[in-house]
Amino acid sequence: MPGLTFDHVSKEFPGGTVAVRDLSLAIADGEFMIFVGPSGCGKTTALRMVAGLEKITSGTITVGDRVINDVSPRDRDIAMVFQNYALYPHMTVQRNLAFGLKERKTAKAEIERRVAEVSAMLGIDDLLKRRPAQLSGGQRQRVAMGRALVREPKAFLLDEPLSNLDAKLRVQVRGDLKRLHQRLGITTIYVTHDQVEAMTLGERVAVLSNGVLQQLGAPQDVYDHPVNLFVAGFIGSPPMNLLRAEAKAGVATAGDLSLPMAGLPDGDVVLGLRPEHLRPATDGQPSTEFQVEVVEPLGDGVIVHGTVSGTLVTAPSGDDEVLPRLAGDRAEITTKFEPTLRPSPGERMRLAIAPHHVHVFDGRTGDVIVQATA
Amino acid sequence: MSQASEIRAGTALPALEEEAGRDPRGDRFVFSWWHLVLFPLAILMVVPMIWMVITSVETLNETRHFPPILVPSGIRWQNYTDVLQRAPFARWFLNTLVVTVVVVAGNLLFCSLAGYAFARIKFFGRDVVFILVLATLMIPFQVIMIPTFLIVRKLGLIDTLGALIVPNLAGAFGIFLLRQFFRSLPIELEEAARIDGASRLGVLFKIVLPLSGPVLATVAVITFLWTWNDFLWPLVTIYNPDNMTLQLGLTTFQGAHQTNTHLLMAANVMSVLPVLFLFFGAQRFFIRGIATSGLKG
Repeated sequence: MPGLTFDHVSKEFPGGTVAVRDLSLAIADGEFMIFVGPSGCGKTTALRMVAGLEKITSGTITVGDRVINDVSPRDRDIAMVFQNYALYPHMTVQRNLAFGLKERKTAKAEIERRVAEVSAMLGIDDLLKRRPAQLSGGQRQRVAMGRALVREPKAFLLDEPLSNLDAKLRVQVRGDLKRLHQRLGITTIYVTHDQVEAMTLGERVAVLSNGVLQQLGAPQDVYDHPVNLFVAGFIGSPPMNLLRAEAKAGVATAGDLSLPMAGLPDGDVVLGLRPEHLRPATDGQPSTEFQVEVVEPLGDGVIVHGTVSGTLVTAPSGDDEVLPRLAGDRAEITTKFEPTLRPSPGERMRLAIAPHHVHVFDGRTGDVIVQATA
Repeated sequence: MSQASEIRAGTALPALEEEAGRDPRGDRFVFSWWHLVLFPLAILMVVPMIWMVITSVETLNETRHFPPILVPSGIRWQNYTDVLQRAPFARWFLNTLVVTVVVVAGNLLFCSLAGYAFARIKFFGRDVVFILVLATLMIPFQVIMIPTFLIVRKLGLIDTLGALIVPNLAGAFGIFLLRQFFRSLPIELEEAARIDGASRLGVLFKIVLPLSGPVLATVAVITFLWTWNDFLWPLVTIYNPDNMTLQLGLTTFQGAHQTNTHLLMAANVMSVLPVLFLFFGAQRFFIRGIATSGLKG
């Protein structure tokens, strides 16, 4: 089965809105690729261009060695699962599953065989006589998956397929999806704005913002080594703390925190501190005073919100400049502790971070200067 | 003033409640002042129908009596058999049925195709063309009657059923109604079908139309009523009694010097029955289609 390539693909809508800007990336045969980004970042448009539902303004999309720019959706041999599932309401589950095969003039016996196989695999074989309106959300989701799988397509497109499910079901279906992909190995593009899905499901993630590919890599790699402020702020939950700092003679200073760091050029920088890397300081460590405000016990850990002295930077979304969010001279930050460590609101403590865990970004461009080492 | 109206309301209510008690759905009956207006209006609408039925079983002399005789001396069913014997009534009925069925089928097909194109297919000048189509609704039939006649004559259809069918196979109203409905369907269904391998026409016939039952029924009912009752256009294009429709045939009972009112009314009753059944059977589509078509732009 062939992979899928975007080569300098752009999409401009009438009226001048550019949804996707010069997107180039190659998806390997059988790979599970995630497109992640905030709403309006162009991820769904990119997906719809692969499906043939949007015309490509410039560039080429290739499946295997075949350019599919001008191929009609029906001839692309690609299946898609829509956010609202788009099951045909007037057809039974059986006919929903068989529709694509019938349209392709598949032999009747073969249709029956494949529908039976896929419905058994997804556990929907006892629903075949029902109509979509008689199904629960999770069942509809599986039927939508089945309708895509039954065609044995070259590539599989999923547009936020879990967003209409409740939280518990979402975790379960997430696991099912991953198992299914491991078993079938179909090239898959999965669009989501949920960074947990992005982290857990994909072999690689493409982080998009404002139509531009920000970073492409394995989820852990993107998490550990974000290339700019946008990715740093978007990937991770709770998100990375971003503090404005001044770098001088190899020391970065943000409020009362002074971190000696090797290879640091002088000037305005932004320090990126993952919540789980902030620890109560021991004597002699460079640290900052943290005032606890809100404590959220999670069972396996505690999320603590509070303030430190300094200036916070919110991650840019799209075209926004890197805007400092001023809270007097205090910056709101978040930390994540083990469950045994549970400070009380109002308590003051000192927090430290190992310098090798600190990400440093350019204060003007937002690009990474010093990458943290995991 | 207000006291007087309260007293009147007080006397009116018990009577209406009593009536409501006999109604099987009486518990849903709530008095509204509108009923005082609507009830006389409803009577005004029904009286001609009742009068028509009464006249259809009277003798010719009774029909000429003034004031009208509302309780005839006897029920003359013979009027009905007379109509069937003295005029090719069955033939007219069949002609009307053929014309109406073909026109309804044509409207469902062609209005669906045009409505879908206007709703979903992007082409140059689409909205302008759609507005032009809509604008034709504002032109009275009398204005286009002569040009249409000339076209139909060129086609060699004058004095055939074709003259009644061909110019009416599609209508702006049906196109408008269907377009509005198609636009309200979720587009993902159509996109899913296209990815599944359906052509444009396949999407229309296998996905869109099966989901459009109510609005198709509305178009069918409206077209049926309009075609069945059309008089002017058949009058202009049909001369041979064998090719006449019911509405045109009915006029043959009216002469310059004498009108066989009793026969005319018997024929009228028979011609109106299919329409009446259709109207009561499909009333909800009729009302729903018109009520919803304007809402979703």
